[in-house]
Amino acid sequence: MTEVVITGLGATTPLGGDVASTWDALRAGKSGVVALTEDWVDRFDLPVRIAAKLAVEPADALPRVQARRWDRCEQVAVIAAREAWRHAGAPEVEPERLAVVIGTGIGGALTLLGQDDLLENFGMRKVSPLTIPMLMPNGPAAHVGLDLGARGGVHAPVAACASGAEALAIAWRMLRAGEVDVVVAGGAEACIIPITLAGFAQMRAMSTRNDEPERASRPFDIARDGFVLGEGAGVMVLERAEFAAARGATRHGRLAGVGTSSDGHHITAPEPEGIGAGRAISAALRTAGLDKSDIGHVNAHATATPVGDVAEAAAIRTAIGDHAVVTAPKGALGHLLGAAGAVEGLACVLALRDGVVPPTLNLEDLDPGVQLDIVTGSAREVELHAAVNDSFGFGGHNVALVFTSA
Amino acid sequence: MTNEEILRGLAEIVNEVAGVETSEITPEKSFVDELDIDSLSMVEIAVQVEDRFGVKVPDEVLANLKTVGDAVDYVAKTI
Repeated sequence: MTEVVITGLGATTPLGGDVASTWDALRAGKSGVVALTEDWVDRFDLPVRIAAKLAVEPADALPRVQARRWDRCEQVAVIAAREAWRHAGAPEVEPERLAVVIGTGIGGALTLLGQDDLLENFGMRKVSPLTIPMLMPNGPAAHVGLDLGARGGVHAPVAACASGAEALAIAWRMLRAGEVDVVVAGGAEACIIPITLAGFAQMRAMSTRNDEPERASRPFDIARDGFVLGEGAGVMVLERAEFAAARGATRHGRLAGVGTSSDGHHITAPEPEGIGAGRAISAALRTAGLDKSDIGHVNAHATATPVGDVAEAAAIRTAIGDHAVVTAPKGALGHLLGAAGAVEGLACVLALRDGVVPPTLNLEDLDPGVQLDIVTGSAREVELHAAVNDSFGFGGHNVALVFTSA
Repeated sequence: MTNEEILRGLAEIVNEVAGVETSEITPEKSFVDELDIDSLSMVEIAVQVEDRFGVKVPDEVLANLKTVGDAVDYVAKTI
C-alpha cells in the first residue's frame, strides 16, 4: 500500500511565528508562557493569570481585510498552511486531488463572545454578517481550503485536544485509500479568553503558578498543578509517496502509521491506567508495520495535570517500553488544545530529521509514578528512525501517530 | 451634502470593509462584478452607510444598489 510522506511544515506558536523559530526555541529550552496583562484578569478575579500567547500576532502577518474577516483561530490556520504549502514547493496538483483536514478543539470562541457583546450592547444590526463563518469550527479548514483551491474535500475533525492529531490521522487514511494525492492537514486554536480560562480553572485542570509563568507548565514533575493554556497552529503537507516522487518533492519524513481509540470511561478524566491510550499507540505501531523496539522517541501529550501524565506514562511503558527517549513539549509551548497534536507531530518530524530531542521544561523532580527516560535540562542528541506522538482529548479520544525519517 | 462628499464617505466605508482602494471606487463601478464585494460585505457596508449618513437601507433597497453610483444617488435623495 502507498506510503504517506511529509513534504511541507508550517506553524505559528507561542515560541515563534514559523517552524524554524519554533523549533529553535524548543531545542533551546525556551518558554512561551507569559503573565496575562489584560484588564479582564482582574475584573473576573481569575485564578489563572498566565498563558502561552502567540509569539507573532497573526493579524500582523495577514492583509488587513483578511484579518478582519477571519477569526483568530482561522488566521493561525491559514498562516501555518501557507508556510507548509510554500515549504512543500506549492505542489501542482489537480484541485480535485487536493484535500484539507484541519481540526480545532474550540473554534471561533472569540468571535462568538465578541458578537454576543455587540448584540447585547448595541442590538441586532451591529452583529457582523460574518459571525457564523467566523465562529464555525470548520472555519479554519474551510479557509485553508479556499486559500489553496482544494476541491477534494475539506474536513474539520473535532476531538478536543486530540483534534490536530486526528486531522493527521484522517489525512493518512485518505491518502492510503488513494482518495486524493495531497492533503494539507493539522490543527488550529486561539481561545485565550476569560470563559475558557474560567471553565478550565473550575475543572481544577490549570496551573495557578501565576508568579512564575515560565516554570508553571511542569509535565511529569511531582509538583505539577495543571496545564497552561496556549494558542497556535501546526500544519503539514502530506502526499502519496508516488505523487511526491513524480514531482521531485523533498521528503522531510513519513507519517508511517496512525492509531485511534476511545476510553469509554469518563467525559474528561483519562482512564487512569492508560489502557485506551496504549491501544492507540499499539494500533499505530501495527499500521506502521513496526515493533515497539523500533521506536526511539516519544513526544508525549503530558499536559502536566496530576492524573493525565501518570496514565500516559503507563500507556507508553506498556505499548512501547522504557527504552524510548521521551520529551513533553507542553512545558515550553503550553497546551495548544486542538493544535497540540499537529505542532507536536511537527516537532517529531524535526527531531527525526535532526537527531535531537528537545528538553522537557520544568521537570526537576520526576513523579515516582513515571518510569521513563525523559529528556530534561538541555536537548539530547540521539540517532532516531521512528517516533511516536501521543494526543488525548476530553471525551476520551486517543490518537497516536508514528513518524519515521525520510 | 454633495454627491462628491457622499462618494468620498462611501469609498472610505468600502475600503474599510473590503479593502478596495478608494481611487477605484467610482460611480460606474459594480459592487459585485467589478469591485468583487460579496453579499456579506454588502450587509456590513449597508450598516455603516446607515450610521454615517443617517439613512435607512432596507434589504429590498440594498438588493437594487448594483453600482457605487446607485448607492450615492440613494443616499443623496434619502438623506
